[in-house]
Amino acid sequence: MTDKARDGEYDDLLDAIEDGEGYYVECASGHGWLPPRRVCPDCGSRELTETPFPESGEVATYTTVSVATPQFSADTPYTTAIVDYGPVRVTGLLRGVDPDDIEVGMPVGIEVGERETTGDRAVVFRPR
Amino acid sequence: MSHPRVTGVGLTPFGKHSERTGRDLFAEAGLAALDDSGVDPDDVEALFYGNFMGELAEHQGHQAPLMAEAVGLDVPATRFEAACASSGAAVREAVRHLRSGEADVILVGGSERMTNIGTAGATDALSIAADDLYEIRAGMTFPGAYALMARAYFREYGGTREDLAHVAVKNHDHALPNEYAQLRSEITVEDALDAPMVAEPLGLYDACPITDGASAAVLTSAEYAEEHGFDAPVGITGTGQASDRMALQDRDHLLKSPAASKAADEAYADADVGPDDVDVAEVHDCFTIAEVLAIESLGLYEDGEGITAAREGETHVTGEMPVNLSGGLKAKGHPVGATGVAQIASITKLLEGKSSWSDDVDDARVGVAHNAGGTVASATVHVLEVQE
Repeated sequence: MTDKARDGEYDDLLDAIEDGEGYYVECASGHGWLPPRRVCPDCGSRELTETPFPESGEVATYTTVSVATPQFSADTPYTTAIVDYGPVRVTGLLRGVDPDDIEVGMPVGIEVGERETTGDRAVVFRPR
Repeated sequence: MSHPRVTGVGLTPFGKHSERTGRDLFAEAGLAALDDSGVDPDDVEALFYGNFMGELAEHQGHQAPLMAEAVGLDVPATRFEAACASSGAAVREAVRHLRSGEADVILVGGSERMTNIGTAGATDALSIAADDLYEIRAGMTFPGAYALMARAYFREYGGTREDLAHVAVKNHDHALPNEYAQLRSEITVEDALDAPMVAEPLGLYDACPITDGASAAVLTSAEYAEEHGFDAPVGITGTGQASDRMALQDRDHLLKSPAASKAADEAYADADVGPDDVDVAEVHDCFTIAEVLAIESLGLYEDGEGITAAREGETHVTGEMPVNLSGGLKAKGHPVGATGVAQIASITKLLEGKSSWSDDVDDARVGVAHNAGGTVASATVHVLEVQE
């Protein structure tokens, strides 16, 4: 891992997920986003409040990647999934399940893991 | 309104030219376009140039003046970067300048050098068109992103890997007579289905190749073309552009490309035509599923119905709605920054009656070019028509 500056609210979010206190930001109209956001791109509201992730989300779609970038070469094959947490969707690595057993709609929880290739942190989902 | 004319076009052969520099690629295409047009190079007033990964592939930023110099032009030169829609965006700005009367002659084009950094390097470079924090760090590659959309599409509308294989087979067929195409070989559905997986459910034959190449076009005002007696029957009559949320996770839909739909609506309204008027289309099939999404975004097919178009032969040259007669990105190749203008070149030659397939679509009057960046967070659509 290279010694580099933190990426502000992104790394703050990962810290929070590690502490079991992951959150997204939400406007009064119920549009959810991952930080950093100063304005809701859907409705223009600047009143965004931190809201805890629900206990689990559902896999919306996923792919098992065989040809990766150099930053993920030792991780292959790995599964990237987009998970639906209600007002917000999150992209991460889906672990702890055989790719053949993954189903759209399956419930997963969120945590922080490491990339095998670089040791960098990554959002990780596991079946609940 | 008199529409800007495509007065000349030029391409390098698309393929693996690992040792050729970007500037040499663009010089070949740019000079070919100038020669094809017959325009006096001294009349060119600006260069609008598309390139995506020059910093990563060649350690070369600030490419536009370098490229103007490479084609012997001393004009204001600007680079456009919209990922794989970079030169589509350049075309749009040229059209707007020409329409406003700000200029009469603009050279547009693009180039990309990719194979010199290898498959892993190119995969990495392409990936930065996605959201670094929330997509790339979750392992999303470009094939991976389109695989996520393909699975969502299959789940909502149905469709199989075999349907996608038919898109690849068709586009390989179309590329066979294209002397500029990278992959001029017939393939079968079985070949495509048996190929190694890249990002499940997309395999190697669902993906466009990694390509070096350049494209250019001389766009002129109709008045300039007429004054100088140029034979330039094809005009760009409609232009549209739109953006979407950068990350797939932040979109309303995982199985549609609203930016392309918006760009198409704008371009059609601009040209005063509709999807029913389109005779031929060049669409951004960086992956087979992308062609399906594109023909639906363009309104050529209803949502959920584009998936069977290739299998039914409808988008083949012999079908009712030929799509990607150049071979598309899939078989012609996809030198990212050059693709948008290469599509304009393909449609122009087709409508002029000078392409290998022109005789097969000899009543074609209206063509559309759909160029997409990222997972269609950027889209440009242009309508080209034979002018009376």
